[in-house]
Amino acid sequence: MASIGVPIGDFIANEEAGIDRPMPLAGARKKRRRFSLWRFIVLFVAGAYFLIPIFAGLKFSLQDISGRFSFQAIQNLPSAPGFSGAFWLSMRLAIVTLVVSILLMVPTTIYVHLRLPRMRRLMEFITILPIVIPPIVIIAGILPAAPLWAKSSPYLLSFLYVILSMPFIYRSLDAGLSAIDLKTLVEAARSLGASWLRTLTQVILPNLRPALLSAMVLTLALVLGEFTMASLDLWTTIPVWIVQFNTASSGHVQTAASMLGLIGTWVFLTIIVSIDRSESRKSRRKTGTL
Amino acid sequence: MAPFLIYTFLGLGIPTLAVINLAFRNENGTLSTSNLHLISQGIYRIGFENSFKLALLTSIIPGILGVILAYTIQTSRSGLLRRLVATASGVLANFGGVNLTFMFIATLGSAGLLTAWLNLIKLNPWHYGFNLYSFYGVAFVYMYFQIPLMVLIITPALGGLRKSWREAAENMGASTFGYWRHVGIPVLLPSVLGAMLLLFGSAFAAYATAESLTTGIIALAPIQIGVVLNGNVVAGQTHVGYAIAFGMLVILSVTMILYGLVRKRASKWLR
Repeated sequence: MASIGVPIGDFIANEEAGIDRPMPLAGARKKRRRFSLWRFIVLFVAGAYFLIPIFAGLKFSLQDISGRFSFQAIQNLPSAPGFSGAFWLSMRLAIVTLVVSILLMVPTTIYVHLRLPRMRRLMEFITILPIVIPPIVIIAGILPAAPLWAKSSPYLLSFLYVILSMPFIYRSLDAGLSAIDLKTLVEAARSLGASWLRTLTQVILPNLRPALLSAMVLTLALVLGEFTMASLDLWTTIPVWIVQFNTASSGHVQTAASMLGLIGTWVFLTIIVSIDRSESRKSRRKTGTL
Repeated sequence: MAPFLIYTFLGLGIPTLAVINLAFRNENGTLSTSNLHLISQGIYRIGFENSFKLALLTSIIPGILGVILAYTIQTSRSGLLRRLVATASGVLANFGGVNLTFMFIATLGSAGLLTAWLNLIKLNPWHYGFNLYSFYGVAFVYMYFQIPLMVLIITPALGGLRKSWREAAENMGASTFGYWRHVGIPVLLPSVLGAMLLLFGSAFAAYATAESLTTGIIALAPIQIGVVLNGNVVAGQTHVGYAIAFGMLVILSVTMILYGLVRKRASKWLR
């Protein structure tokens, strides 16, 4: 029983109530040891499966053609033919996607929470649809349906990426808004004379920041890694470039570009989570001393 | 609300309607079921069968492994481990596609690091019929994002498994096996099945990883849509891609309806 981490207090309560403990102590100890071994095996296998590819990818990125350690692949990356074009295209798409996504989703979600709480189920349903309808189907359907001016612009991709990011963005906004007393905050701000804009930027958004930030990092990772739509819409974004880039030593460069994506996302997320944690700790300490 | 509805109608509604419309029209624009007839046989039928098998394989196995991993993490006393796995799952569950492909080529490609290690102990998987660029290779790579996805989805449900139930069972003399047989598994099963349905959908819809890993030579339904969209198709069959897309929509809708039913059952005990 101890092996599943039951609080000690419950034990004592049981003992005091005179309930017989059916398990002899020696047996419990033996079981616990077996449990730890099992736990070790699970963690070891999972660790190996998830860490070896990351290690292999990093090692390969940090090798030159002859297999020696070097930063050559990463140094060659910016000057590789086509990379800077792909990089800036991906960056432009990412920025447009993030801006449109926030401008669309933040006011809508707040409005639904304040005025149309019954529509929350509908919102939830619509924002889950991009998970059900695969990107390959969306791009297959939009290409024959979109007007020519839209098809000839790369920002058609941003338009669609906003849709793909909705599951993250809506869920985190919804969770963030449910955690605060939105109505009271808004009424307080409004009755103190704040404009709607000021209420939004200085009262509501600071409360949503942690949830919104991690959703934005995931959206950024999504845009920078999206291959399906970009390749079929014939735009060379970073992932499309990685696949197309083929020269003698390209394996190292391609892997280096791929690994930068993974490590970048991870570092960003970790930084945001830890900033958020230390800020909430700071604010807790502040209220504690008051 | 209105801008949001218009936006999602343009970005989701229009493409879906276009796919359904074009799936039922031949090239002259007249209504016909010839495209649907085409995908029910030959290479396109094989594509659907392979996709179905791949999705089944990469939802059941990562589903089970994911539950075991999530349970091990959940009951661990180390808060650091729990936090680490939470962020890692969030990142890795969304880490499909091209990046994953190149990481696995560096790992298990014919000159990969793990291949070299295994070669040292005379266990080179390539000598035993393994091929990273084949069906099973793709399945093995899919596990890399399917297991973290399972951990993400199932962890809240595991948290709903109350300690008092286990205590109650043990106080009444149940063994560990008895507890899982009569309490743990029946309570968790709907949630696990629901999560596996989501995994099924995720694997069935995936395009980028399989495409970049096999350079599009593997017969899977999403890959075939891509091939048709790129214009590699017999003259007169250009609408077959929309029919495949329509078929995928039908299968994924059924998956999500099942998911909705299972979830209702799951919320009975876990809330």
